[in-house]
Amino acid sequence: MSERCAVIGVGQTFHAAARTDVSIAGMVREAARRALDDASLDWPDIDAVVIGKAPDMFEGVVMPELYLASALGAVGKPMLRVHTAGSVGGSTALVAAHLVTSGRHSRVLTVAFEKQSDSDAMWALSVPQPFSPPLLAGAGGYFAPIIRAYIRRSGAPDHIGIEVAVKDRLHGLRNEYAHLHMEDINFDMVRDSIMLWDPIRYLETCPSSDGACAMVLGDEHAAESSQVPPAWVHGMAMRSEPTMFAGRDQVNPQAGRDCAADVYRQAGISDPRREIDMAEVYVPFSWYEPMWLENLGFAAEGEGWKLTDSGATSMDGGDIPWNCSGGVLCTNPIGASGMLRFAEAALQVRGRAGEHQVDGVRRALGHAYGGGSQFFAMWVLGSEKP
Amino acid sequence: MSEVTMSDPEVLRAPHVLEFPYSRSVGRDLGAFFTGLVEGRVLGASTRGSPDRVVVPAREYDPITGEDTDGLVEVGPGGVVTAWGWTDHPLEGQPLQRPFAWALVVLDGASNAILHVVDSGSHDAMSTGMRVVARFRDPAARVGSITDIECFVPEGSAPQADRAAGVEPVTVLSTPIRLDYTFSAGIAQSSFLRGLSEGRFLGQRCPRCGQVYVPPRGSCPTDGVPTTDVVELPDTGTVTTYCVVNVPFQGQAIELPYVCAQVLLDGANISFMHLIQGIPADQVRMGLRVRAVWVDRDDLVPSMESVRYFEPTGEPDAPYESYEEYL
Repeated sequence: MSERCAVIGVGQTFHAAARTDVSIAGMVREAARRALDDASLDWPDIDAVVIGKAPDMFEGVVMPELYLASALGAVGKPMLRVHTAGSVGGSTALVAAHLVTSGRHSRVLTVAFEKQSDSDAMWALSVPQPFSPPLLAGAGGYFAPIIRAYIRRSGAPDHIGIEVAVKDRLHGLRNEYAHLHMEDINFDMVRDSIMLWDPIRYLETCPSSDGACAMVLGDEHAAESSQVPPAWVHGMAMRSEPTMFAGRDQVNPQAGRDCAADVYRQAGISDPRREIDMAEVYVPFSWYEPMWLENLGFAAEGEGWKLTDSGATSMDGGDIPWNCSGGVLCTNPIGASGMLRFAEAALQVRGRAGEHQVDGVRRALGHAYGGGSQFFAMWVLGSEKP
Repeated sequence: MSEVTMSDPEVLRAPHVLEFPYSRSVGRDLGAFFTGLVEGRVLGASTRGSPDRVVVPAREYDPITGEDTDGLVEVGPGGVVTAWGWTDHPLEGQPLQRPFAWALVVLDGASNAILHVVDSGSHDAMSTGMRVVARFRDPAARVGSITDIECFVPEGSAPQADRAAGVEPVTVLSTPIRLDYTFSAGIAQSSFLRGLSEGRFLGQRCPRCGQVYVPPRGSCPTDGVPTTDVVELPDTGTVTTYCVVNVPFQGQAIELPYVCAQVLLDGANISFMHLIQGIPADQVRMGLRVRAVWVDRDDLVPSMESVRYFEPTGEPDAPYESYEEYL
C-alpha cells in the first residue's frame, strides 16, 4: 500500500510574452520561492527536486536541469528531469508525487518552466526535415485537421470554438498571474480574428509565454503539519500511445480515455461531471474543450460541444467549470502549462484561487496532454484525506 | 537477419541543420556581471552564511544553499590558476588561435573559479598556483560577453583595463546556435524514397495485422513486428481531413493560403500530409478524391518533393464511412 501525498505549496510566476527581466534561473526561482512561502518552508526543508520542461531547443540550453540544480537548492539532493512534450508539467508533478507515495521522500519540490521568448518556439516545433517538403506550419497546422475531423464527426456548429475562446479569456481576467488579460474580449472579436489554420482562428489559439510553476508535495505528516489546508491526491495516472498507427482515433485518443478511467477508478469516481467540482484541462486550441469533455467522460461521444454550448463549463453559472485560471488559452509557457493545470486544481481544492475560486470545491481534476495527443497525465485532488 | 552498419549504401542520408538565433535574457545579477565586463570589471555576488562567500559570475542565488545573494562585489582582475590543460592546436572558434591553456582561475576576492584561457606563450610558462590577470578587449570591442576578457596572462604582463563609464545595461545575450546533423532515413524509408524517385508509392504491410503503412517505418507500431512485405500503391487517394494554412512560417515555400491535407492512398491504412492544389482552397473538402501530380520524369528525386501536390481526380467524393476510421 502506498503512502498518501498532498499538495502543500503552490507558486507561479507572472506570465508574459517575454520575461526579459529574469534569467531562466531567476524565473524558476520566482515560482519555487512562492511555492515554498505558500508551504511556509525553506530550501533546506526539501528532500528532492523534480523539474520538467518541453524540448531543449526552445531555449537552446541543453539539459537545463544541470545548470538549474543549484538555482533550486538541489545540492546534495536527488534531482530528476522529466520530458513528455506538452504534458510534461503534469507528468513532472506525477513523478514528484510518486517519490512521496513510494515513501521515499517527505517533501518534494516540483518545478516546470518554459522561456519561449528566448527563441521562436512556435517554429522550433516544426523544423523542416530532409526528404519532405516544408508543409507543417507549427502546432496549429498539426491540430487543425484533427479539429476539422471532430467537427465533422460531432456535427458541432462553428460558434463552439468561439465560445470557448471567449469563456476562457473571461476567466483569465480574474487571474492576476495570467499572460493574457483581454478586457474587451467578446464573441465578434474572436469570430472576426484571422483564420490562421482553418478551422482555427487566431483568437482560438493559445499565446506563447514565458513562465514557471512550482509545487511542494508532502507526505501525510507534512500535509497535516501544513498551516494551509492541503490538497490530497485521490488519483493519478499517465498514459501514452504512438503518434501514428493504422486505425488510431486522433480525435478521441484511447490513451486519454484509459488515463481518465484509471484516475477515476483510484478516486472512486463513476460520474465525473457530478462528482468533480471543477476541472483544469489542457486546451491550447479552443475546440479541444468539447473534444476533451468527451475524452474525459464529462459528456458522451459527440455531445461535448452541447455541454460547452449550454454554458456548463463557465464559472458564471455553469455546473462544471473548466479552466477557471483562464487555461492554456490565456497562458502557455509550454513546459509549465501542464503543471499550471495541476496547480490550479490544487488552488481550487485548498480554497486559494482568489478571484477565480469556485465555491466549495471538494474535488478537482488537473489534466495535461502533449505531443501529437500521445502523452496524457492527470490527477484528481480532494479536500478530504483519501 | 542482416546486420546494418552506418555505411549501408541502401540507407539514404542528407545534411540536416538546426539553427536558431537565441536571445537569452540574463536577469538582474548576470545582467550586472555582463554590464561589468563592458565596463572593464568583474562582478561577483556575496552570499549570506558562514563563512560569507563571493560567487562569480554574479547570480541571484548561492549555488550551495539556494539562498538569495546579498549584493554585488567587484573581484579580480588578478587571480590564481587552480587547474589547467594545454592546447597545442586550437580549433576554429576557440578563444585564441595560437597555443594556449584552458584554466580554472580564482579571481582575487572570489570563492570559486571560472573557466577561461591563459595566453602564457608556452606550456612551460604554465603552473598550478601561478598568478594571472585578466586582459580586457578595448572598450569599443566589448559587447557584454565573457569573451570581453580576451584571456588571462601571467601577472605583470597586462596593462590595466580601460574602464568604460555610462555603459548601457546588458539585458539580453544573443547566442546563435547551429547544430549540423546527418539525417539518416533508415532502410524502410529509404526504399520508399527510392520508389518516389521512380514515380511509385511503395508501402509495407504488417504480416500480423495486415495493415498497409505508407510511408513505411520498417515495423508495425501496433504489433511491433518488422513489416517486410512491400506493397505498391496507386497514386490516387482520398482527403480524410485538412487545414487551410494562412500563417507565414520559417521555411515556408508555398504561397498562402494553401491546403495541407491528410491523404489516404487507395489501399493504404494510414494517411500522410501533403499539399492540395488545382482547386480553390475554399472548395477543398473531406472525402475529395485526389491524384498525385509528379515532377517531370527527369526531375524525380528520392524525396516526397517528387510529388508536387495532389489535385482532384474529378470523381465523386468518397463517402464518409469509407475513411471515417482513419481520422
